[in-house]
Amino acid sequence: MAEISFEEINKVYPNGFQAIHNLSLDIADKEFLVLVGPSGCGKSTALRMIAGLEEITSGKLRIGDRVVNDVEPKQRDIAMVFQNYALYPHMTVEQNIGFSLRLSKVPKAEIKDRVAEAARILELTEQLDKRPNQLSGGQRQRVAMGRAIVREPSAFLMDEPLSNLDAKLRVQMRAEIARLQHDLEVTTVYVTHDQVEAMTMGDRVAVLKDGYLQQVDTPQNLYDRPENVFVAAFIGSPSMNLFEGRIDGSAVWIGDHQIGLPHVVFDRRPGLQDYDGLSVIVGVRPEDLEDAALVPDAEATVSSTVNLVEALGSEIIVHFNLSAAPVDAGDPDAVEEISADANAVGRFDPRSRAAVDQPIDIAVEVASLHFFDMETRLSIWD
Amino acid sequence: MKAAKSRHRATTRIATSHNKAAMLLASRYLLLCIFAAFFLFPIVFMVVSSLKPDDQLLRDTSSLRAFIPYGDISLDNYKGVFDRVPAGRFILNSIAISSLTVGLGLIVNSMAGFALSRVRFRGQKVLLSLIIATLILPLEAIAIPLLMVVTELPAISVGDGLEITRGWLNTYHVQILPFVANALSIFLFAQYFGSIPKELDEAALIDGASWFQIYRKVAIPLSGPAFATVAILTFLPIWNGYLWPLLVVQQEDIRPVMLGVAYFFQLNVAWGEIMAYLTLITIPVLLMFLAFQRAFIESVASSGVKG
Repeated sequence: MAEISFEEINKVYPNGFQAIHNLSLDIADKEFLVLVGPSGCGKSTALRMIAGLEEITSGKLRIGDRVVNDVEPKQRDIAMVFQNYALYPHMTVEQNIGFSLRLSKVPKAEIKDRVAEAARILELTEQLDKRPNQLSGGQRQRVAMGRAIVREPSAFLMDEPLSNLDAKLRVQMRAEIARLQHDLEVTTVYVTHDQVEAMTMGDRVAVLKDGYLQQVDTPQNLYDRPENVFVAAFIGSPSMNLFEGRIDGSAVWIGDHQIGLPHVVFDRRPGLQDYDGLSVIVGVRPEDLEDAALVPDAEATVSSTVNLVEALGSEIIVHFNLSAAPVDAGDPDAVEEISADANAVGRFDPRSRAAVDQPIDIAVEVASLHFFDMETRLSIWD
Repeated sequence: MKAAKSRHRATTRIATSHNKAAMLLASRYLLLCIFAAFFLFPIVFMVVSSLKPDDQLLRDTSSLRAFIPYGDISLDNYKGVFDRVPAGRFILNSIAISSLTVGLGLIVNSMAGFALSRVRFRGQKVLLSLIIATLILPLEAIAIPLLMVVTELPAISVGDGLEITRGWLNTYHVQILPFVANALSIFLFAQYFGSIPKELDEAALIDGASWFQIYRKVAIPLSGPAFATVAILTFLPIWNGYLWPLLVVQQEDIRPVMLGVAYFFQLNVAWGEIMAYLTLITIPVLLMFLAFQRAFIESVASSGVKG
């Protein structure tokens, strides 16, 4: 079992590209830490540095209490699951799982027992004599997991292990990996670009962008108290709506819409008082918006016209346009979640009668508004 | 009525398109047959001629009868071959020389190709380019300098005891060692190993494998077609080699098959016996090709490399 710690780690490639900037991060023993971020954010590089597959330009990387910067991968006592599984195509499942044990000259009888145990845990006992090309995607994924767990390493490293699976299998394997990690109590670093995976699996989640660590916290804290605009927009689906706004006494103007801010907002964010008369970025999560017709005692409402309605059964996603300037969160992978003519999204109760091209009043849960500094794009708290 | 007509028309259309496809297929087969015949005729001519006495053989060359086994057919020429040259010895020599060259070459060149395509080190690309650049030098261009080198190399000879002598002439190893390292083979291996996903190396490194173990246990088992291709491509020039053995081997008992051909042009030329000898020395090549055929064709078809 081991803690892993990054101490001011930098990674600069020979072509001058800096993939990791001054990363400091402590991963506790038995912790499940998820590294998440858009493509090119450096999350895989960070993982590969732990594995010993990438050189570290500067800084110290510790596993347990030893600095491993110059330690060979095989001496780091870690196991890795690759995105494409990297199963040896010419070996059977049994040989794939037992390969590392054979290399370290574990007695044959013990290899057999340990492979059988790993196969039992992963429900692969029936598949032991098959080759990887005779297996389904989910089974291959499990073989890759088996190869990792059979070694009983001090840490698991997983590089987007579910991204090649279909949606249903992904949900199933997500739960299986989380359960396995919980049972085995092995420190795990898990890389993904999928924020749902990050939120559901990690004890803590580290959000990276352009090689900089943005925030590391529990999933709930990331959601409730994002430190900057990027984290705020990256965590949560659909993304947080972000607009330019201006604090005016005890109200905030978002475009033409004035929303009164009760004391509770200033109590939670004392720093906001210093912004009177200044521009800020205002964020509101889609789930903090509701059809005003369903909220008789709404604190604040804004008016708009419905642009698109997506009924999901348990809720409806309503796209609309607020006469205010939207703010780009800077996520290069952000899918256009919002329809072309709209700049805001709300998650409404399915009883809502919202219809395309019809005017609508939208209730805003004022206490849940987020405020960010216009320049630094950091959250305004103290 | 109308419906029936249109159904009839549709059936006709389908039939026409079937005919077209069949015609296309037939013409393709015809073309392939012509090509096959083109390449097969010399071999048929050789085998058929090896069964005929010289006077009939020479008479038949001016007509298509050259390809037909008829008249005074016998295996006499084959008997003659063994009277004239120690054919068995030559064939055994060639089998030993070729298979050792191929075997050692597969080990050495695959290791070089592996290092050049998988292991990261400074100057890797330059080194590979230099190796490929040597392909433009034919043996004829370097034969004499190479001869001068091998005449000066030290050798251990087993006489009354172990003795260090100078010069490699008249040995088996002079016919083998200069051809073990082969630029084309290294290039083919480097290309093939380069196509194996890098993650397999990484997974193996983490599993605790050394680079040699990755080469042995991951790369080699996945590279059957590359090994088959290189085996055939290096076997042929060694088997067919004439110039180099002529330069370095004077002693009869270590000569390879191609030097044997020259025996038949001394004194009275016996064409039938030449054909019989050529037939005999073609058989091992055909067997070699048959053994590796499937993997070879797979590999050539996928890499676009020609033999």
